[in-house]
Amino acid sequence: MSELTRETLVLNMGPQHPATHGVLRLLLELEGEVILGTEPVIGYLHTGFEKEMETRTYHQNIVFPPRIEYLATFIEEQAYVLAVEKLLGIRAPKRAETIRLILAELSRIASHLVWLGTSAIDLNVSSVFMYCFRDREQILDMFEMVSGQRMMHGYFRIGGLQWDLPAGFTDHVRTFLDGFPASIDEFETLLTDNLIWRQRTEGVGVLTAEDALRYGCTGPVLRGSGVDYDVRKAFPYGGYEEYAFDVPLGEHGDSFDRYKIRLEEMRQSRRIILQALERLADGPIAVDDRKISLPPRPELVRSMEAVIHQFKLVSEGINPPVGEVYAAVESPRGEKGYYIVSDGSNRPTRVRVRAPSFSNLQALPVMVYRRTIADVVVVIASIDIVLGDVDR
Amino acid sequence: MNALAAAAVKSGVLLFLLLTACAYMTLLERRLLAKFQIRYGPNRVGPFGLLQPLADGIKLIFKEDFAPARVDLVVYWLAPAISMVTALFVYAVIPFGPQLYLANVDVGILIVLAASSVGVYGVILGGWSSNNKYSLLGSLRSSAQLISYELALSFAVISVVLTAGSLSLVEIVNAQARVWFVVLQPVAFVSFLIAAVAETNRAPFDLPEAEQELIAGYQTEYGGFKFAMFYIGEYVAIVTMSALVTTLFWGGWHGPFLPGVVWFALKMFAFIFFFVWIRATLPRVRHDQLMAFGWKVLVPLGLLNVVITAIIVVLLQ
Repeated sequence: MSELTRETLVLNMGPQHPATHGVLRLLLELEGEVILGTEPVIGYLHTGFEKEMETRTYHQNIVFPPRIEYLATFIEEQAYVLAVEKLLGIRAPKRAETIRLILAELSRIASHLVWLGTSAIDLNVSSVFMYCFRDREQILDMFEMVSGQRMMHGYFRIGGLQWDLPAGFTDHVRTFLDGFPASIDEFETLLTDNLIWRQRTEGVGVLTAEDALRYGCTGPVLRGSGVDYDVRKAFPYGGYEEYAFDVPLGEHGDSFDRYKIRLEEMRQSRRIILQALERLADGPIAVDDRKISLPPRPELVRSMEAVIHQFKLVSEGINPPVGEVYAAVESPRGEKGYYIVSDGSNRPTRVRVRAPSFSNLQALPVMVYRRTIADVVVVIASIDIVLGDVDR
Repeated sequence: MNALAAAAVKSGVLLFLLLTACAYMTLLERRLLAKFQIRYGPNRVGPFGLLQPLADGIKLIFKEDFAPARVDLVVYWLAPAISMVTALFVYAVIPFGPQLYLANVDVGILIVLAASSVGVYGVILGGWSSNNKYSLLGSLRSSAQLISYELALSFAVISVVLTAGSLSLVEIVNAQARVWFVVLQPVAFVSFLIAAVAETNRAPFDLPEAEQELIAGYQTEYGGFKFAMFYIGEYVAIVTMSALVTTLFWGGWHGPFLPGVVWFALKMFAFIFFFVWIRATLPRVRHDQLMAFGWKVLVPLGLLNVVITAIIVVLLQ
């Protein structure tokens, strides 16, 4: 084609668009419906949480992580408290760790359910969307039972938990997990066995292993390309080293592989939770260090020292030693890390969040090059971005 | 003069029935979809939400008549009107019962196909005049889609016409008094059904208005009553296609015990249900896949079917 007849159309997709999962804006350069260039424009959900965290004490900051990434809320809290605990050089008691792990894996299932539902509705399978939210609702109910909040929990504490599990919680989890495999099988019947679904996802948004590594992709996006990297296995944290679970890998790096991986991860999460429920033994739920966790209520009426500790912790907070730490967890989107710099005061000097959605989104232009608009929607869904996580 | 008056009354009654049916089809669809999706659906306006279509209609009529800047106003207005009128026009020739039809035209089926072809203009002009990139992409998609699937649709119809030996819809139904054509023409039936879904822009072939990609496709810039006209056009088309499938393949009004109209309505309802059912279940296909399927599978299959039918018909004579 000569330069004269070649005409491209620049299409602005978003930030208000039903399929951009929030406020992502894409500048697409189109030739007909074929994409020649993609430029993600981010920043529409910039909240300044990282900066905000510099102005609050370490404990007050616990409320921010679930707001940064609002789908896998407990995993976010876990990432932050693990980073502070690393700074302090402590480890939460066994029971607290196990409870955190159960809630984190439930969060992973909840997040993957939202991903599955939204990617299904991006391909107009509105029924699966509703079925996913039906199941997620049960998880949110359990979260509410534990923390009083469905999403922004603030339940984890540095060195432990706010309080112990409510009575009957484990039964709820077991009931949910008993019914859950049937749900996944239902999704498989409706989607995996569906010819149209396979045609829409197989071979779409292919990301080679080299590209995935080059762009710093993690999580299902990286594993879909066949690279075996899961923070839970590579750098175990919070007790994951003691649990048996598989890390599913893809072969082709296409949307279908990423879809299969996330379905399998939900099954593996169920497996982890079942093991954790077996091992959930009685014990303390916070470290026994009065400089870090609040003294138990009964102590306050007997001991003056406890009252002083209570006052100091609530008013001033924790003063960790001078230093820098990075702690990472495996979020449903990939490696979620908190990098905290401490100058020894009760507030962090700098908090930097390593956001998996941000890195994974960078690979989008490569994945959709020379494909159609319809595929952009599929690929964005398969990357599973959370815009709060991208922009922070 | 009397004949003219009778025809006018008949048309008036039919128009009223059709628009009511179409309004209640939206309710039916929403309630059925809700059932599929473990929701309640609209159940607040009137008993079982029965007044919902009325409320929707009133709302759409009283909405501000809004046109975006720099649209081609004449075309912008004409497009939804074309969509609705052509969709309604078809009913002049569809027989609901042995004596229940407006006109028994010798080339009834041709009129149906012609009207639905003209209906494409509504979509194309609507997308073109809106001065919006999404609308334009949507209308380009749909013109390609509608034209290619019309071919497949026509091939299926030709097979039926050959089997019945007539172009008149009444004659086609009469020819099915003993055996329904779904038995004699299974291939034509399946390809007609698929093409019918594509012709009506319904899921899984609802690419022209793929909301996740193109916002609302050619309808993006339409609101109020103009939007309602597009919608009426779409829903009437669904009813039309259900009526056509019933007429061409499922024996029209034929059936034991019950009166003909009831049988016709029952069969039609079954296909309307089918339309809603696949919408609740199937993902949307991609545009190139849709075109490939139409041209590489449906059209050759339809052609082959026509040839085989023709040979058999000739041999039997």
